[in-house]
Amino acid sequence: MNALLRRLRAELFATPADGALSVALIMLLSLGAFGFLRWALTQAQWAVVKVNSTLFAVGRYPIEQQWRLWLLTALLVAASGATWGLLRAHPRPDRTGVLWPRNDRLALVLLALIALALPSALGLTLAIQTRWWGLLLLLALCRWLAGRFGANLSSTGRRLAALVWPLLYLVGMVLISGGLGLVTVSPSEWGGLLLTLLASSFAILLCFPIGVLLALGRRSELPLLRWGSVLYIEFIRGAPLITLLFLGQNILGFLLPGGLAPERVWRAAWVLTFFAAAYLAEAVRSGLAAVPRGQLEAARSLGLSYPKALQHVVLPQALRVALPAMVGQFISLLQDTTLLSLIGLLELLGTARTVMANPAFLGRNGEVYLTLAVLFWGCCAALGLSSRALERRLDPHAVPSAT
Amino acid sequence: MFRTRTRSLVVSLCAAGLLAGCAGDGGGVQSQKLSTITGRGKLICGVEGKLPGFSFVGPDGKYLGLDVDVCKAVAAAVLGDPEKVEYRDLNSSERFAALASGEVDLLSRNTTMTLSRDAAGGNGLSFAPTTFYDGQGVLVPVASGIKDLKGLAGKPICVESGTTTELNLADRMREQNIPYTPLKFQTSDQTFAAYLGDRCVAVTSDRSQLAGKRTSFPKPDDHTLLPVVMSKEPLTPATTNGDPAWADAVRWIVYGLMQAEESGITQANVDAKLAEAKANTNQADLRRFLGVEGDFGKQLGLPPDFVVKAVKAVGNYGEIFDRNVGPASALKLDRGLNRQWKDGGLIYSPPFR
Repeated sequence: MNALLRRLRAELFATPADGALSVALIMLLSLGAFGFLRWALTQAQWAVVKVNSTLFAVGRYPIEQQWRLWLLTALLVAASGATWGLLRAHPRPDRTGVLWPRNDRLALVLLALIALALPSALGLTLAIQTRWWGLLLLLALCRWLAGRFGANLSSTGRRLAALVWPLLYLVGMVLISGGLGLVTVSPSEWGGLLLTLLASSFAILLCFPIGVLLALGRRSELPLLRWGSVLYIEFIRGAPLITLLFLGQNILGFLLPGGLAPERVWRAAWVLTFFAAAYLAEAVRSGLAAVPRGQLEAARSLGLSYPKALQHVVLPQALRVALPAMVGQFISLLQDTTLLSLIGLLELLGTARTVMANPAFLGRNGEVYLTLAVLFWGCCAALGLSSRALERRLDPHAVPSAT
Repeated sequence: MFRTRTRSLVVSLCAAGLLAGCAGDGGGVQSQKLSTITGRGKLICGVEGKLPGFSFVGPDGKYLGLDVDVCKAVAAAVLGDPEKVEYRDLNSSERFAALASGEVDLLSRNTTMTLSRDAAGGNGLSFAPTTFYDGQGVLVPVASGIKDLKGLAGKPICVESGTTTELNLADRMREQNIPYTPLKFQTSDQTFAAYLGDRCVAVTSDRSQLAGKRTSFPKPDDHTLLPVVMSKEPLTPATTNGDPAWADAVRWIVYGLMQAEESGITQANVDAKLAEAKANTNQADLRRFLGVEGDFGKQLGLPPDFVVKAVKAVGNYGEIFDRNVGPASALKLDRGLNRQWKDGGLIYSPPFR
């Protein structure tokens, strides 16, 4: 306690000027917090979020088909839990790891609180609330099982386990859009968080290989490849995303008329992908530039072919350097999906705007935008946190952690 | 066999829009668009999607609003089911392109009918009957006691900059030689915030907009719309010039909704009226209108009872208005110009003969 007081004094009240500044800032902050709480608790009418919670989550996805989304969520949760456990069961060989570090326990408690409090706060039915609890249990169970028995898994087994993710993505696509015996749900009925996450994950996954190829192309010694890549990257970087989105929506309709053009959702997702690829290529190029030339030359002189040298020596180092920039790109890509609302797609922002146009909820802008901000913050924070964890795991100079 | 095959090939080519100019001459009644829609089994309708009272998505994921009800009426008349509609949210810059490229069959998106949009040398649209006569209005606090434009002399008026609204205000005030101070803002939100912050005594925008915004004010009843209308904004559903038969079908479906109100046919009593028409051979007008006799439906390429289906799905024009923007909605708009012609409004269906 005393130590805390002393620290506070040293940090906030070291000199009279510091003290005055601290007092003023604290007063300003608490005034803001007080005003916000008063608004949130007494003036705000949260019915708009409660009533429209399904719309925010999945948009106009048909109610009788929503079990597919629950199934997909359950699969994702199970895979996340298992991956989480496996990562803890297999710390890097040069480090010691514990099965249940403090942060993991904290995260689980936090998730439990959310799963218990959020559904009832949203006024969801008991049946849906139990599904949330079920998901939480599933996560904890998979995490525990993978942590407990995962250590026995051979390295080949772990490689195979990692394949679950791409497989799950394909399964998810089928579950969402239908086919293979499931009723087709047209992309025009996808919306809300579902569409935001789908469009951004699609773009993130596909822009990565394209971006790496473009970056390599830009450094290639073949003039056609090099100039092609430069032209593409500079063209995309010279045009605002919204222009390209409009181009995709309006021009394709004329070029491929009569329903031959892909669905509007897919057009937008591809535009996002090609847009992000150009920026990603530049991030990867900066990573490539950070790898000393000697690395490639050494690898070549050891007899590795050029592709092998790239794959095993240059790219791993380059991507590690480029990782923070790439994740920044991914996060801004996630936020760029809000532009889809301007071309008439009902992603999160589009859903929010149509909800605010409902005469029953006119003027409830504050509540809706705040909800949106929290949702986006959650998604971006998750991306940022996982990238930091990845950076730590890839960092060759990291000190073994003590916890 | 060969002939039918070639024909279906031609039809599909036309449907793909690759043969310009083959639309519209499909032998009298049959419209390419109509056969595309019936073949596809659903109507693709372009809407705004975020406009209070006109089109928005309800909590259960269903589209609602006046513009949406027009789509539903057309789907009910053509396909027999008001739910067989795929909605496309279109913004103002892409709406005409979406219609021209055939991405949407019908544009029901609070679009003002103008010469350049109608003309073949302009956007080349074909307008149905106007479903909402909007116009620029003025909102003032009741307490100000202002009754007309003259009352605004020398007062500050809040207006969104760079809009036709701003120009219309300037024109009307100059005509009547009334001095005023325009306070211009970039966005509609800023404009209304300034009005509520008492920086001006009046705010001007489209009347439907003003009514919508008013419902979100802390005390909506403290504000009133002046009876002036400063511009004409006939909001009208549209199709393209390319397929006159389809445009006719849409036109008469919408007229049907208006005529139904005039004839006292409502969603609730349409079945009773139909039974009455079937029983009573003397009611020739009603029998023709509801498709009991005559071939109006056939002439348009629609089922004979298309009016019955449309009214059963969404009600007559008055019911649509009341439910979405009128007294039964939060917007509480007055019928105003949108009254039936018999009540002094502009809603006037030509005879179904």
